[in-house]
Amino acid sequence: MKNNLGREIFEQVKPFASSDAFNQESRRLIAKKTTEESVVFLKSIEEAFDLLKIKNGMTISFHHHLRNGDKVINLVAETLKKRGIKDITIAASSLFPNNAPLVDLIKDQTITGIVTNYINGPIAKAIGEGYLKNPLIMDTHGGRARAIESGDLKIDIAFIATPAVDRLGNGSGKFGPSACGTIGYVIPDLMYAKKVVLMTDYMTEHIVEPELASEYVDYVVMIDKIGDSEGIVSGTTKVTRDPVGRKIARDTVRVLDALHLIKDGFSMQTGAGGVSLAVVEYVKNIMIQSEIKARFASGGITGQYVDMLENNLVDTLYDVQCFDLKAARSYRENRRHIAISASEYGNPFEIKPIVNDLDFVILGATEVDLDFNVNVTTDSLGQIIGGSGGHSDTAHGAKVTMIVTNLLKARLPIIKEKVTCVTTPGEDIDIIVTERGIAINPLRTDLIDTLSKTKLPIVTIEDLMKTAHHIAGVPNHYELSHQPIGYVRYRDGSIIDTLYKIK
Amino acid sequence: MKIGIAGSLESNDCLVTIKESETLSIKVQSIVDAFYHDQIVAFIESVLADVNHDKVDVTVIDKGALNYTIKARLLTALHRMEVSHA
Repeated sequence: MKNNLGREIFEQVKPFASSDAFNQESRRLIAKKTTEESVVFLKSIEEAFDLLKIKNGMTISFHHHLRNGDKVINLVAETLKKRGIKDITIAASSLFPNNAPLVDLIKDQTITGIVTNYINGPIAKAIGEGYLKNPLIMDTHGGRARAIESGDLKIDIAFIATPAVDRLGNGSGKFGPSACGTIGYVIPDLMYAKKVVLMTDYMTEHIVEPELASEYVDYVVMIDKIGDSEGIVSGTTKVTRDPVGRKIARDTVRVLDALHLIKDGFSMQTGAGGVSLAVVEYVKNIMIQSEIKARFASGGITGQYVDMLENNLVDTLYDVQCFDLKAARSYRENRRHIAISASEYGNPFEIKPIVNDLDFVILGATEVDLDFNVNVTTDSLGQIIGGSGGHSDTAHGAKVTMIVTNLLKARLPIIKEKVTCVTTPGEDIDIIVTERGIAINPLRTDLIDTLSKTKLPIVTIEDLMKTAHHIAGVPNHYELSHQPIGYVRYRDGSIIDTLYKIK
Repeated sequence: MKIGIAGSLESNDCLVTIKESETLSIKVQSIVDAFYHDQIVAFIESVLADVNHDKVDVTVIDKGALNYTIKARLLTALHRMEVSHA
């Protein structure tokens, strides 16, 4: 069966139709959980396992706010293995290389299912090699919130790494040795999982305005260490010094300027990639020179945005996850640095998710095709190397969605006739900025009108591909295997593409 | 035996090793093998033909170098082989 983008998908799934098809549907909500009794404090994970009666076939969820420093996922997985529990589905908002110990548990079928928004490192490789028994499901950040609240993703137990817990069982990411800042991605798990366990290494008397309210919490488990807060720093939070990257960033800002998007009261989101960070630097300079103040910036928040907040260049930060410790500190100290949940951020069925209020978003791409579809899930051989995260959510919500990318990465042209895997549909991608020219989606005649009157190097996407081929040669066609190992679920719950076993 | 080496294993570069040999042998191991292996081998053949070298053993470990980089590394490695005193 093929979906509307012509991508082959599993039988008996809902095929992707279009990025606004969700408007024809109504929001589905399962009952929120409530705990009948007060929170029970436990001293070990073993006690928790006894009380929770964890058994074969359950779905266990985690968040990724401690990123590559998380210790809770591995601890729970190790305990599952020790107890001989099988057939577990792991619903983690993301998985990182430090979760490598899960590979053995996938191979011995302790873990047979994974639902996540982003995955790289050894687990991604093992899944690509076909070791996961059930199909891998890759959601978006907003789509995961939708999946949980609708019951499409039913969670039996949420193990929530919580940097600080108070004596009533409220939790926060603000305090403690593993403080990571906002913990927005776990809010749906908190509200809809059948059982909720806060895993912590820091107790405090009283938390004012906790992100995790005790009314949803069943157990609190004290362990030695939930993580290493240095590990929450994203790998890519440095402004690029590469001249090609800086040219792309400069041209991106020229486009923003030409479209009059940098004006008083604007809103923006950018990723944590080196080029995106350079874009923010240039935008910031324009704001200072022209005395412009932004209304808000959203997303994963970096120290760069904290500087803008503290210098009164932006009114408010809506933060679903802190990319560095400076952001975590700002969230703790600044009332204008506001935590939002995954649902408030990007769930299509929220009345006003933050992404819908964005004037522009700057995103990356592993591949872009002639239909402007973007892949950030696999490399060109089909190996999983990431996932949507908020890519599809912001691309749909923002008024202007720009992709910044080198035209070639290690000889490989980024522009392809067809992407290896569709993460974000082309209808939501407006402008591609490369060092060799800027392509505008033909659907956006308004942008073409405005930008063709400037001196910017506007070309067609076909031209960009030809330029890439001229430099690198036309790449041989690479046929993926025909053995599906999972699928990419668009934010509305429809299936946008299939993932295949690597050869 | 005479040997020449040029290049590096940095991204977008390649490491070329050339040895004197009775026959022509070209081995390419590239991160873009799936897309460009044959084109890289053919390009190396054409560069060697241009400078009339057909009795060499060429090994290239490629990290996504473009043709002009491959050519530069190849010619430098050839030159180094010719002046080597091994």
